[in-house]
Amino acid sequence: MTTYSFVLYVAGQTQRSHEALENLRSLCEARLRGYYELTVVDAVERPELAERWRILATPTVVRLRPEPQRRVIGDLSDLHRAALALGLPNLDEFGGA
Amino acid sequence: MAAGDDTLTRVPTSINGFDRVALGGLPEGRCTLVTGTAGSGKTLFAVEFLARGRQRFGDPGVFVTFEEPPADIRRNAASLGFDIAAWEAEGTWAFVDASPDIADEGPTVGTYDFRALVARIGDAVRRTGATRVSLDSLGAIFTRFPDKTVVRHELFRIATTLEGLGVTSVMTAERTDEYGSISRYDVEEFVLNNVIVLRNGLYQERRRRTVEIVKLRGAPHRTGEWLFTIDPRDGIVVIPLAFLPLDKGSVRRDRVSCGIPALDDMCGGGFFRDAVILLSGPTGVGKTLTALSFMVAGVDAGERCLLYTFDETEEQLRRAIAGWGMDLARMDATGLLALMSEYPETSSLEDHFIRIRRSIEEFRPQRLVIDTLSALERISTPRALLDFVIALGAVVRPQGITTFLTALPGQPHPGPGGPSVAGQIASLTDIAILLRYIETPGRVGRAVAVLQTRGSAHDHRVREVIIDHTGLHVGAPLTGVSNILAGYGSPLLDTRPWPAGTAEGTSQPEPHE
Repeated sequence: MTTYSFVLYVAGQTQRSHEALENLRSLCEARLRGYYELTVVDAVERPELAERWRILATPTVVRLRPEPQRRVIGDLSDLHRAALALGLPNLDEFGGA
Repeated sequence: MAAGDDTLTRVPTSINGFDRVALGGLPEGRCTLVTGTAGSGKTLFAVEFLARGRQRFGDPGVFVTFEEPPADIRRNAASLGFDIAAWEAEGTWAFVDASPDIADEGPTVGTYDFRALVARIGDAVRRTGATRVSLDSLGAIFTRFPDKTVVRHELFRIATTLEGLGVTSVMTAERTDEYGSISRYDVEEFVLNNVIVLRNGLYQERRRRTVEIVKLRGAPHRTGEWLFTIDPRDGIVVIPLAFLPLDKGSVRRDRVSCGIPALDDMCGGGFFRDAVILLSGPTGVGKTLTALSFMVAGVDAGERCLLYTFDETEEQLRRAIAGWGMDLARMDATGLLALMSEYPETSSLEDHFIRIRRSIEEFRPQRLVIDTLSALERISTPRALLDFVIALGAVVRPQGITTFLTALPGQPHPGPGGPSVAGQIASLTDIAILLRYIETPGRVGRAVAVLQTRGSAHDHRVREVIIDHTGLHVGAPLTGVSNILAGYGSPLLDTRPWPAGTAEGTSQPEPHE
C-alpha cells in the first residue's frame, strides 16, 4: 500500500489547531494505519514555510503524497467529507487489503 | 473644518495631487479603504502608495496581493519607473503572495481562520521594517472562500493586526456601481473610518475618472469628486491639485510685446511676462492671426515659442502662416518655434493637459499658445475645462511663460443656474481681450476691446481692427459702437443673453415697426 504524506498547517496552540490535528490523526489511524506520515507546521512560528507553501487559511492539510497534491482547509470536523476531500481509501478497501 | 482629531498625523502618499485632496495624506498607523469598480485604478493606488513611499521617503513596504501575481505587479510598476525587484533584493519591499493558484485550491471542511496569512504579513512587516502595507484586493478573497461572514471577520482581524503593528495601510475593494453602496461584501464595516472612492464613469460617452474622500477619521479633507488621469509615466495624477504651487510665488513686472504695437498700448504697454491671456472671438475674426503675431514677436525677441492647435492640422497652420507673409522658414531655422497639432477627440482633456505639460518641460518655451480652448470643450465638462485652465496657469505662471489662449464666444444663451462655469475662465486669466465683428452700414468690420488687465491700467475704448495681407492692425477708437460684449454673445466672458437687435451690432438698433 502507498504511504500517504500529510503536512498540517496550524496557527498557534488554539482549540481549532488541536481539533484539526485530532481529526486528521483519527482519520489516518482509521484508514491508513501504518501507512502515513504527518508533519505539523505552526505558521506563527514558521511564517516563511507558510509563505513558501502559500498558506492563507488555517488549519490547512496538504496531502503531499500520493500525487497529485491535494489541499483541504478547515478543522476537518466532518470526517466523512474530509476523507473524501483528502482522497483516503474507504474503510472497506482498507479492511480488505 | 470637521470636528476631529487635530493630533492626527498624516502619511503622505506622494501620489500626484492626492495629498492635496487629503490635506496631507492618509492617517498614520491606520487602515484606509480604497474602493472602486473594475479598472478604476485601485491596484495602481495601492502600488503607488508603497512605491512612492519607498522612492521618496525610503519607507519599506509590504504588498499583500490577493489578485495579481507579484510578477505582474513588478512589471506594471517598472513602467512607472519603480524597480520593485531591486527593493526586494535590498529587503525594503516584500510581497505576501495570496494570489489565486489552481494548485492551492481546496475544499473547506469545518471551521478555519486566516491566522496563517496574518502570520505571513506580520513576518514580512518585521523582516522589512515596513511602515506601509497595501492589500489588493479584498474582493478576490471573498470569491475563494464560501463563508462571507468568516472572511469579513478574518479581514477585520487583519486590519486590527495591521493597526497593532503601527503600519499605515491601504486596502482595496470592489464596488459594483459607481454610485451606491461603498463596496461589495460590505468590507467598509471594519475599516469604517477612512474611505476613498475611485470612480471611472462614462460622461458623454467618455471615460471620466474621479477620486473622492468619503471620510477620513473625521479629519479635514477636501470634499467632492476630483478629476484624475492615469498617465503611463506619472501614474495617478489628480488635476488640477497636482500642479498648484505650495506658495503663490513672486510675480513678474517685466512685459513682453504681443507683436501688435497698438494692442500692447491698449494693455498698458504689453503683457506681463507671467500673464495668461484669453482672446475670445467668433470664427474667422482673426484669433489665430493674433496668436501667430504673438509668436512671431516671441521668435523675433529670441524667445522659445510653443503653439498647440486643436483646430487645424500642422500643414493647414503652416499654409496660413505663409499666407500672411510670415517667414516660416526663417522661424523654423531659429529652432525657437514648435508647432503641435492634436485632435481634441484623441484623448481626454486630462491626458491632453499631461501632454502639454510634458511638451513644456521638454521644449522649455517662454511663450505658449493654445488655439483654441473651445475645441477642447467638445471633449469635456465645463468644470473640467476650468480645472484645465487652473492647472495650466499653475504650470506656466511660476515659470514666467506668457500664455495666450483663444476661445470662441459661447452660446448666446447660457443655461440656468447662474453664471456659466466657463464664465469663470475669464476670471482665471490676467488679460481678457475681445475680438468681434461689427456691422456698420454697408460693411462688416472688426473691433477689439481689452476687458481686463490684472495689475495694470488699460485702454477702455473699443478700437477698430483691420486685417490685410500684412496682418492685423489696430486702428482708431470707434465711437458709436456698442453691444460689442453681447455682439456675438460670449459666455466665456459675458453671460448676458443675446439682446434683441444685436445683429445690427451698432449703437442704434433700428426699431421695427
